[in-house]
Amino acid sequence: MAELNTGGGGNKDKKVRSKKQNAGVDLTAMVDLAFLLITFFMLTTSMNKPQSMNLAMPDKQAELDIEDQKTKVDENRTMTILIGGDNKVKWYMGMVNNPIEGPTDQTYGKAGIRQVLLEKDKQAIAYSREADKGLIVIIRASEKATYRNLVDILDEMAISGIKSYALVDITPEDLEILGEK
Amino acid sequence: MAKGKMKKKSMSVDMTAMCDVSFLLLTFFVLTSTAKLPEPLPVDTPNSTVQTKLPESNLATVTIGGEPGKEKVFFGVLGKEDRIATLEKMGSRYQIEFNDEEKQVFAYTEGIGTPINELKKFLNQPADVRNKIGADQPGVPTDSLNNQLKDWVEMARTVAKERNNKVLDVAIKGDAEANYPAVKKVIDILQEQRVNKFFLVTGLRNEDF
Repeated sequence: MAELNTGGGGNKDKKVRSKKQNAGVDLTAMVDLAFLLITFFMLTTSMNKPQSMNLAMPDKQAELDIEDQKTKVDENRTMTILIGGDNKVKWYMGMVNNPIEGPTDQTYGKAGIRQVLLEKDKQAIAYSREADKGLIVIIRASEKATYRNLVDILDEMAISGIKSYALVDITPEDLEILGEK
Repeated sequence: MAKGKMKKKSMSVDMTAMCDVSFLLLTFFVLTSTAKLPEPLPVDTPNSTVQTKLPESNLATVTIGGEPGKEKVFFGVLGKEDRIATLEKMGSRYQIEFNDEEKQVFAYTEGIGTPINELKKFLNQPADVRNKIGADQPGVPTDSLNNQLKDWVEMARTVAKERNNKVLDVAIKGDAEANYPAVKKVIDILQEQRVNKFFLVTGLRNEDF
């Protein structure tokens, strides 16, 4: 404890002593100061490293091969998500010219595109009968889309656990579907 | 009834323990803190639920921000030594000689968005002019004819390879409202150099959005 116990305590001899001041130091001011400094350092430090999200793009050379493969990839498992301006998002299954389902408008978030993704992923697994062959998502963003939209969709991929997805340039047909042509 | 008078206790609280704790915390914060460098181009990053942390070294950051439609690109490398080495390499490519003072200034700059031919002038400005910026720097040119971003990334990668013998990580820090083509352009420039893995800097949110 900070109070030093001086004075008193078996003063048996009757000598007259000057009453000693209690030597306890008032630490309140020091604590005030310390907390002020703590607050300062807490607010100025960048303790938490920024979060990040990994994005792996296919190699440019390999991308040409993908175009070839696309015809071979099962259209029952392929879903295309179109990102447009004004936070619009549309999806369809299969090929542009002859979609199996859609194109349908959708919203971002829990009640929107995530439900579709989860459901279609289940269907794709049921279709292929292999657990690791789920939905293949092709993401096409128009020129009016914002970076936020892109991150939102990539985030949905992470949440719904879709492993195969690709970010592909938009085609005129897709722009037409979005009505941005 | 005769009420027994309570003996009044001393009102002063013993502050010793509190003082100990607060100074312990203070010491902790002082030792762990890294001084925040002024951000050259403040951006409002979009949020995601993914919680990968950014690497703390060996990282180049491409910042995309500014007015939507007229996005600016800024470039920065982590680590003072790496920054200086990158600047030297950049200087030798564009035949610009940087003196020690300019290198030091560059080492303490988080990122730059100035074309290389104006960089010397920029680095010689007083600190307050340099730091308030964001709006004052035009951004690193990314046109196909004058693709300085490509050179910056290339130099930074060479430096990482030579000095640390590591493959440089590249992070893209985009403003949420930035238009997609601006981001795509940067991705394309990076992919030309076969950088196919990026870190997208994002904020944090939970899954119920």
